[in-house]
This record gives sequence, structure tokens and C-alpha cells, in this order.
Amino acid sequence: MRITCPLNGERDLREFTIMGSVDYLDRPGQDGTIEALDDHLHLRDNPAGETRELWYHDPSGTWLVVTRNTVTHEILSTELAMEVGK
Amino acid sequence: MRLPSGGLIDRGTNLRFQFDKQWYAGHDGDTLASALLANGVKLVGRSFKYHRPRGVLSAGSEEPNALVHIGKGAAQNPNVRATTQALYDGLYATSQNAWPSLKFDVMEANNLLAPFLGAGFYYKTFMWPRAFWEKLYEPFIRRAAGLGALAGMPDPAAYEKGFAHCDLLVIGTGPTGLMAALTAARAGVDVILADEGERFGGRLLSETGAIDGQSGAEWADSVIAELSGMDNVRLMTRTTVTGAYDGGTYGAVERVAHHLATVPTGLPLECFWRIVAKRTVLGAGALERPIAFANNDRPGVMLASAVRSYVNRYAVAPGKRVAVFGSNNDAHQTVRDLQTAGVEVVALIDPRAGAGKDIGVPVHQACVSDTKGRLGLTEITLSNGRTLKVDCLAVSGGWNPTVHMTCHMNGRPQWREDIASFVPRNGGIPGMIPAGACQGDFSTTACLEGGIAAATRALSELGKSAPDIEVPEAEDTAYALDPLWAVPGKGHAWLDFQNDVTTKDIKQAARENMVSVEHMKRYTTQGMATDQGKNSNVGALALLADATGRGIPETGTTTFRPPYVPVALSTLGAGARGKGFAPERKTTSHVATEQMGAPFIEAGLWYRPSYFPRDGETHWRQSCDREVGYVRNAVGVCDVSTLGKIDLKGPDAGKFLDFVYSNTLSTLKPGKTRYGLMLREDGFVMDDGTTACLGETHYLMTTTTAAAGQVMKHLDYVQQVHARDMAVRFTSVTEHWAQFAVAGPKSRELLSAVIDEPITDETFPFMANGPVSVDGIAGRLFRISFSGEHAYEIAIPARYGDALFRDLVARAEALGGGAYGMEALNVLRIEKGFITHSEIDGRVTADDIGFGRMVSAKKDCIGKLATTRPALTEPGRQQLVGLKPAGAVKMMSPGAHLFTDGDDAIRENDQGYITSEGYSPTLNSNLALGFLKDGRARHGEIVQVIDHLREVKTMVEVCDPVFFDPEGGRMRG
Amino acid sequence: MAKLNAKNPADGLLPLTEGEMTLTEVEAREIWSIAPYPGVSAGIPSPNRSTGKEGARMIWAGRDQALWIGTNAPDAKLSETAALTDQSDAWTIVRLDGAGADDALARLTPLDLREGHFKRGHTARTLVGHMTAQITRTTKGFEIMVFRSMAGTLVHELQVAMQSVAARSKAQRSWE
Repeated sequence: MRITCPLNGERDLREFTIMGSVDYLDRPGQDGTIEALDDHLHLRDNPAGETRELWYHDPSGTWLVVTRNTVTHEILSTELAMEVGK
Repeated sequence: MRLPSGGLIDRGTNLRFQFDKQWYAGHDGDTLASALLANGVKLVGRSFKYHRPRGVLSAGSEEPNALVHIGKGAAQNPNVRATTQALYDGLYATSQNAWPSLKFDVMEANNLLAPFLGAGFYYKTFMWPRAFWEKLYEPFIRRAAGLGALAGMPDPAAYEKGFAHCDLLVIGTGPTGLMAALTAARAGVDVILADEGERFGGRLLSETGAIDGQSGAEWADSVIAELSGMDNVRLMTRTTVTGAYDGGTYGAVERVAHHLATVPTGLPLECFWRIVAKRTVLGAGALERPIAFANNDRPGVMLASAVRSYVNRYAVAPGKRVAVFGSNNDAHQTVRDLQTAGVEVVALIDPRAGAGKDIGVPVHQACVSDTKGRLGLTEITLSNGRTLKVDCLAVSGGWNPTVHMTCHMNGRPQWREDIASFVPRNGGIPGMIPAGACQGDFSTTACLEGGIAAATRALSELGKSAPDIEVPEAEDTAYALDPLWAVPGKGHAWLDFQNDVTTKDIKQAARENMVSVEHMKRYTTQGMATDQGKNSNVGALALLADATGRGIPETGTTTFRPPYVPVALSTLGAGARGKGFAPERKTTSHVATEQMGAPFIEAGLWYRPSYFPRDGETHWRQSCDREVGYVRNAVGVCDVSTLGKIDLKGPDAGKFLDFVYSNTLSTLKPGKTRYGLMLREDGFVMDDGTTACLGETHYLMTTTTAAAGQVMKHLDYVQQVHARDMAVRFTSVTEHWAQFAVAGPKSRELLSAVIDEPITDETFPFMANGPVSVDGIAGRLFRISFSGEHAYEIAIPARYGDALFRDLVARAEALGGGAYGMEALNVLRIEKGFITHSEIDGRVTADDIGFGRMVSAKKDCIGKLATTRPALTEPGRQQLVGLKPAGAVKMMSPGAHLFTDGDDAIRENDQGYITSEGYSPTLNSNLALGFLKDGRARHGEIVQVIDHLREVKTMVEVCDPVFFDPEGGRMRG
Repeated sequence: MAKLNAKNPADGLLPLTEGEMTLTEVEAREIWSIAPYPGVSAGIPSPNRSTGKEGARMIWAGRDQALWIGTNAPDAKLSETAALTDQSDAWTIVRLDGAGADDALARLTPLDLREGHFKRGHTARTLVGHMTAQITRTTKGFEIMVFRSMAGTLVHELQVAMQSVAARSKAQRSWE
């Protein structure tokens, strides 16, 4: 698999590690409910198809949001996590 | 038998080689198979199950029969296909799967049992009684089955891996691949051209048809000559592309040195390439398929294309009296080539009416229905009852496009009725364009055109235009066949030679309701083993389709998976032996430590000293006790550089620390240091360590050795995702600083002699930090302690680490102390109840370790909300306690479990477990740390420690985890 | 008083020659991380590029971050707009030069090293074997950086790769 990092360019999969769903971007703070936290920590969709995930480019310390298709393995887009939702 | 002329061999060479200890000779350009055939050796192996005598079937990597051992002893290589092994002087080959000899194999008795050993035999027989499996069935099957054997010794050869990148990868160098490569190369894009053969040209090297008036081999050479002069072309011979993976990545195995008599030092035997290509042209060609008829597996029965290869390329007559059997026009060329070479062709056997009329040999409109000859073919019987004396039969059931690679990403091939075979479906592999014979276009002209068209398409997708290129003049015969899968008749008709699967097995599978191809494959084992059904798949499907009354397209194929050819595990694991297994991280004190004779233990990738032995010490405990004594009574020195150090700067650095640590760091004043606890978002402890405030907006965080990488990644995450607006930047300085703990009552005395400005308790109280200089070099000093003693850590730029370590140790020794290792460090911290990742193993909360109050109520932090989850706050959680032996047995193993006194030691009664243990010379007792249910309220209670593994029971007293100096006077004073 | 002598990361391991390739250690000098605070521009190179010349270079080293490599420390005034952190002793820097250097390095890094893609002055945060590394193409070859503690592994892995490439160019029986 090849992932094109907006900063580092196209790189081999072995330079990256995955963290999990992009849902981690929305963090319930200290005033959140336990239910919202449980959802944030544990409850995930498992789509056969398009999914958005957090990936880390280890050599440069860059967090990315990668949109990819879990069926075809096609990488549809990559964004810097810093820029997402800005 | 070697033909008097012709072939692509160098008759000027004389290469001597051994097969089953017999000496033979061959030429440069031979394969082991061609050389054996040239020497009249037809019997080369025994089959997998029935131990039937087998000969060479093919001339390529699809060979199912001619598998041999190459080499001797540790360097021996099993399951090498004689058809792809280049001959070299001194080659040593032995047959496999036969005992005591190839000609007389005891296991041939299995052949007589064939009626009982059919499909599903193993599944039905070795089911019960269950107890027989391990003792009887498995050893029996292991001895009887299997092909080659491993040497059982470490492989002395070198293997390697590499990466390669290109715009266009061209797989195969037949007419298709060569034209594709030429077209793309002339357009200026980066091309990699890979072929598994010893020489470029593919089928062109085996056929007699001319291209542009030249022989196929000459034409191929001329194309290669042009390509090899171009900087944008990389030619990879002896390289089989084995698999297609995501994103245009391909695996390929290059046999670098298997063709060499002696392997030069440093040269690997094989290299596994990861090739990344923007586009790929697959010119993998096609594989000829056999026809199933009774006893079609005797040595001497060969594929017609293989007969042409041996005659045309290797100048070998595979027999003296040859018959050709096929139901397609392509087989007829075999007759012509044999005649041209002067080999007697006894007959052409073609069931189609009127086929082969003017070919000049007797033509039988019939099928071959049986054969004779125990160790080699002597006679064939035709379906019209006639018999013919022959010693070689060339068989062609038509061609199967090599679609394997196009299916590696779950693509399914589609059936093409006109060629009675499967062709790739569009888009099976993104970026890959199959062309030529692997697409079902079998004439040379169609291949040449297909190669150009594929490259042109690839170029246009890459935004380049293709150069004008002329299609060379070549043969363009239409391919015509009547599919013929199996000839009816008595006796076993083989489909899968390597796995001994017959037409009966397929029918039986269907009868027993194994009607899905995937079930049939597993039930009969058809298509398994090293050739993965390259010869048999389509034939087996056709028979299954027939037996189930479905069409072939409805029956479908099994899944083709990588690798296309077997790849040695040594090749896949290349580079990972010995030092290559993982990077070794060494501290600046490594050399000095080694010189002191210390054994090392691995801490992640780091190497740290276990203890520093002294003359007369016979056990590590003696060293450890002595080193603990240094720290408690004098002064000890320990390299602590492996702890992670992260330098944070910026106006919001304090705010950021408050967010990643559960406690407050922002109130820390310059020159002060504070312990911090880091949580994961799920509320469990991630890491701990001290943070020093070095300036108003400048902090230095330390992490544990084990979690340094994880913490850095976490900080990156928190900053880039949750703290984007904070003005803070951080970077790891772990490796810039060598840092040494100087601990013990005499630590200040020692340091005062080392640093340029003396320190006092007033200028450097407990938890102070500040700049110091040593020999004029700027360093840092921290008054922190992981031993509970008056202690410091001194940091110096790493280039001076070696010198400072030696200096500190020498001074410590002069003061009655010395260096201490990890064992002593561990005892010292257990005595003080200080935690490491043995305790914070990812399942404990701040409260579990007694640090509940460190989760600040005044601010948010990562993991704060989660610490309020009911399951993390309810009573009954296991809490950190100290444990001391309370009876005669002293042993307390980490991992042993705790049970209430009087309870049965069963899981339901489990109360906790031990995390760390050590002998304290200070307190003259074994001490342990562990987690016990509601442990903080149970100090003074006697509980059982049960080590189920070693069957040890120890009675222990629960106590506070701080065993030594609970007030901390030694540390602060 | 202590007497401190400096030691290089690859002390005693280099130089090496295999075939036409040489592997040498780049002598310790000033290496500083420059990380501008949000919203300010500190003139660091754009991603995957380096600027300056021998003795005063900056190489991109991650998001809004560069490494200064020079004979002197960078201008202290930079610390007003960027986090300046001394890394002088944190890295092992080796130089792999000579014919075959590209082939040797391609045995260890998944980076696309083709000259048309990774040109002189280009730099990348990538992997060398299992190690995080920074690779920069120079006039004659590559400058490869890994953390100081891994100097031994870096030299070992590069040496094996260099030996293999050298052995190949000697042994290659080509198709002619």
C-alpha cells in the first residue's frame, strides 16, 4: 500500500502506523458524559467501503486523516490531521 | 540425446555435474533438465503420494515432476525445479521422495493401494481414534508425504531484499513484453523489465518462427541490446514477479547466484524485490495444458511446447521415436520442429477430422488412451485400439493464459469459449495491463501488437505519448482447437502430477458433494503444492463442471494467491538474521561497560548493563547486592541516558503539559523539577517521569525507556489533533544528552569534584535543576532520585558521555562505590516502592498505584473524564501493595497470583498478582510489589502467593509498597 | 577536575570502502532543530528540501521543522520566533558516495531514490531498515542520519548492502 502524505509525498505503507477511526478527533472534554466517552473510546462502525482513519507517519511525526476504501484498498484522500475541520 | 547442431547452448563448454551421484556432462545454456535429457536420463523423481516414477513434463517454472535437491549439507536446497536450474560446472543434484533409490522405491507400494488412497482418504482415515493422531498418524504422514527435505542446519548463504521504483514494470520478455518495454523505453519513461528465465526472450527462445527475418532469439537479443543501452531501463533477469499488492507494489524474487558454481563473498543467493510501479504490463504468456488419459504420467510423456523447447533451444531430442498428441494446430508445429531436427516422428494423433493432413507423418484421427513402460514410456495405445512403440509423447491440450497475477487482488478471470480457457477480467489489478498470450492472443504478431498497445495505453495514462513503432513481421496463425480434457478409459488418468490427483478423484469429490471448486481443491489436494495447479487447474475445473452438469464459467476457478512461484523463507526473511534482526541502540558508556565485563540486557532496542561483576563473584546476586550497597552506603553511578527526554518550548508549553499530564506542571518554577503522571484517554496510566522547568517557557520532560517512542507519538497526536492552537514546539533530545545517575550519601562529594562550580544543599535542594559545567562543557544537573538516596542525574552532550562515565565511575570507586546495573537499580526502586512499567502495564489507574490525587480537579487533561468511569472507581479494584515473606518459603515470582489465606488457589478466588520482586540486602529480605484487591486496606494481612507454573506456595505479609525510609529523609537530606 | 574528550558516534567504525563505494562519517558539528512557533515564518526549507551549502545548511525535518547543520550554531535571535534546540550530539551522520551508492541504499530504504525524483538537495524523513532516518542527496551520493545510538547498526546494514552491490558488479554474468 502507498500513502501520499501531504507533506512527505507518496510513501510505502511501512513508514506509517494506524491509530483508528477519525472519530478520535472529537474528544469529549472533562465535562462530557460517560456515555459520550464510551462512544468515543469504543463504539465504531465497521464499514465495508469508505472509511476515514488516523494514520501516523513515524519518520516525520505527522498525523494524517486517510480516507480509504476497505474493500478495494484504494486510498481516496489524505489530509493533515492539523488541517481537518479547520 | 544431444542433437548434432542447433540450440542456444555453448558447445564449446563442458560442464560436469552429478545427478544421484552419477557424473554427466552438459553445456553452458543448459538447464539441469535439458542436460539430463541430453544424457538420456528420463526418470527424475517420484510422485508425492503413490511414488510413481516421473520424468520431466515441462521446460519452465510450472514443472510439477522434476523437483530435485541441489547442493549438499547445510547449503542443500530442496524442491528446485530442474527445468529452471541453470547448469554449472560441478552442480550436485539428487532426486527426492524416493528411498532407497529412484529406480527402486519402497513406497511405490502405495501405488498398489491407489484404490484406497483416493480423494478424501486422509480426511476419512486419520480421524479417529483421536489418541492415534500424534503418535501414529502424523509421524506416518510426515514420513510418507512431502517432497524435498531441509538440511536441518543453518543456511550458510546470504540473502537480501531491495526496493525498486519505476514508471512501467514489464513482466515477461516474450514478444509482448519486449515490444511493450521498447515502446515505453523509447518514450523516455523509467522501465523495469523482469523475466524469470536465464535469458531474455521467453517463448521466442523455444520457437522457430522468424521475426523480421531473424530467429526469435536473435530478434530478442537485438531488442535487449537497444534497451540495455538506455539509462531509463533496468533489466532484471532470473527474476520472477511473485505477487501483486496494493498501490502498484509487486514482489519479485531474483535468483542471483543459483547459476554460479562458486558464490563470491558478499553475493546473495537470492534477492527479494519490492517493486513499485506506476503502471504494469503483464506479458506473462501462457502455459500449455496436458490431456488426462490412462497412465499419462510416465517419464517420456511431455508437453508439446516442452518438446519444442528441448529440441529448439537446448538441441536435445527427448526421445528417439516421438509421437505428438493434441487437439489444436499449435501441436502440429511440434511435428515440424522434430522433423527439422531429424528426430523420428512416429505419428501425429489428433481427434479432429482432417487435421494435419499434409504434415508428412502418419496421422491418426484418435486419442491416446493408455501407455506402457515402468520407468519410462515404451508404448502408447490409441482409442482405435492401435499400439505404437514410442519413447516420447508430446501432448498438447491447448494453452492457458497465465492469469495468476491478475487475480492476486481478488479479481476473477473470465471464460473465453473460443480458446476454451480463462482470460483476465479488466481492472483486476489497478494499473496493470495484461497483454499478449496471457490475454488470450496467441499468435506472435498478436503478441507484438499487444505489447505495443499495452505500453501505449500505459504511456497515455502516465501523460506521455507513445513513439511511432513498427510491428515486426512475424507469424500470425490463427489458433484453433477442440477442447479435449480427458480421454475415457480404464486406469488412472493424471490431472495434477505433483499431488497425484486423477480424473477419478475429481469425480469422486463431485459425488461426495464437494461441488464447489474450493471444496474440490481441498478434498482432492488438486492445485496445491509448489506448482499450485499451473498444469492442472483448468482441466480439473472442466472435469468438475462435467461431473456436476454445470458449465465451466459457472464452476469458476479457485483463488490464485501470491507467490506465483515458491519463495524461500530465507529470502523473505533476508537481512533479519543476527544483527539485522533489530537495530541495536547503544549508550555512550557501552564500550566502557563492556570493558568492565558487564553482561547486557535488552530494554526495548537498548542494551543496558545487568550488573558489573568483580573478581571472586560467582553469582549475579553477589554483584547486585554489592552494587545496592554502593548506593545505600557510598555512591553508585548508572547510565540513565535511555530514558526519553523531550524538550518543550513556547508560551503555551506549560498549558500543554497540564493537558497531557494528570497533575499540574505549569506552576513549576524555573530550576525546579516535578514528577508527572500521564494517562491514556481511557483513563489508564500511560507513562510517568519527571519534568524539569529550565526557563519561563522551557521544559524538559523525561519518559520511561520503554515508552519513549509511544509518548512522542502521543504528544504529536495531542498537539496536532487536540491542541492545535497552543504555541508550543517540542523535539526529542534523548540522544543529544548522555545522562548518568550519581546516587548515594557521597554523591554530592563526588559531583563537587567533577563539576566546575561546587554545589550545596542550598543551591541544589531536592528536585532542583540547573546548568553546570564539566571541564568547561555545558551540562545539566538534576537533583532527582530513583533510589531513595541523596542523588543526582548529570547530563552532558553525548560526545563526552564515554569520558564522563569513566571519570564518574573511577571517582565513585575511590569513594567506596562504583557502577551499578539494572539488577541493583531494580532492587533499589523496589525497596522504595517506585513503579516501572512492570507495575504500569496499561491496566492500572492512577488510583490503583496510590496516585489518585494526582488527577487534578482544577483542569482538564487527557484521560480525566475516563478516570470517573464506574468500573475504575468502584471498590474491589486491585491496588499497589508491598509484600514480604511471612514463612519459611521466601520465593515470590513476578506473575504469581495472590489468594486470601485459606482460599483454594483457583481463578474465582484470585485476589491479585506480583509485578516485581528482588532481594533487598539493605533489609535482608525478599521484597515484592504487586496488586491486591482493595490492597491499601489490607496492610498487615497474611495472604498466599501461588506460582502455578513452578508449584510454589509462599505465605506473605501485605504492607505499604515503600519498604525503606518511608519518610524520604535520605532522599531530601 | 574531570577531563572530557569527545568521541564521534561512529568512532572506530568508519571509513569503509566496498567496490567503488565509500562510507565515511561526517564529523560532529552544530546540529540544531528549528521549529517556528505557530503563525510565524522562520524561513525554513519547504518539505523534502534543503537549503544553504556545506557549513551552513538547513534540511526539512518534519512539519514546520528543520535541522540546521553548520560549523556554527544558528543565530540566537531565531529563538524569538522558533524553538531552537541543540541536537549536535543526537545524530550519526554518514556519507555514502560512489558508483553503486544508489543501489546499496535501495536495499535498505523504501524511498524512491531515482535521480529524477530524488534530486540533489532533496531530503526525506524515511526509514533505513528498521531505523527512522533522514536521507539527503548530495553531489556525489547521500548523507544519511540516524540517532547516535544506532551508529553501529547503520554502519553494519550499509556495509552488508555495499558488499552485496560490489559483489554483484563484479560477478554479474549478463545476458549477452
